[in-house]
Amino acid sequence: MAIKKFMYLNRRAPYGTVYALESLEVVLIAAAFDQDVSLAFMDDGVYQLVEGQKTDGIGMKNFSKTFHALGDYDINQFFVSAESLEERGLSVDDLMPLVWEDEDDDWAEKPSIKVVPNAELTKIMSEQDVCLSF
Amino acid sequence: MADILGAEVDEEGFLVDLKDWTKEIAVEMAKGDDIDLSEEHWDVINFLRDYFEEYQIAPAVRVLTKAIGKQFGKEKGNSKYLYSLFPYGPGKQGCRFAGLPKPTGCI
Repeated sequence: MAIKKFMYLNRRAPYGTVYALESLEVVLIAAAFDQDVSLAFMDDGVYQLVEGQKTDGIGMKNFSKTFHALGDYDINQFFVSAESLEERGLSVDDLMPLVWEDEDDDWAEKPSIKVVPNAELTKIMSEQDVCLSF
Repeated sequence: MADILGAEVDEEGFLVDLKDWTKEIAVEMAKGDDIDLSEEHWDVINFLRDYFEEYQIAPAVRVLTKAIGKQFGKEKGNSKYLYSLFPYGPGKQGCRFAGLPKPTGCI
């Protein structure tokens, strides 16, 4: 089977709708098929990666913890829109410090999140075989 | 609805409410599958519970295999070893004993 480039585009806030959670579920299922997977976060989707989420008050599962597991699933490309962050008064320091271990570099921990301007995100999207928007 | 020691389980034997889990329930579930839980079983069950607590998901088998090898020694980081403990699959059977939901993507 040829490896295809899959991008999961997340544009909605983590809670209130089920889109973000469903996207993550699909990503985890797709991870079993050894494809080239990347995630993109723009608009309110950037809130999915914000550090320190507490969901007790809304009775929902705090699935943000699951993003920390994705490195072990060889998912280590998280592209975040620089403009979307800035519009919301956020910076990369407000996001979870997601890392992955590089097997070819003595298991060194490397950051998974890359903040990119929309123009670059557009280019990365155009290089994908499949782009799924949630 | 079926139950194990008073805790409700679904049609596949997974706990409906993860908070109901006790060691006695795990022992009882294993008994139902003709398994006597050894220390090696508990290593995996406890690992699965810790993993779920940290990441809110049950690990995929390949992730579990790698992590078990890292934590308990290379000779244990393979699916042959894990299947010898959990003949119905470390994901499916191990997670059931650990009181976790069925792993995502597990058939």
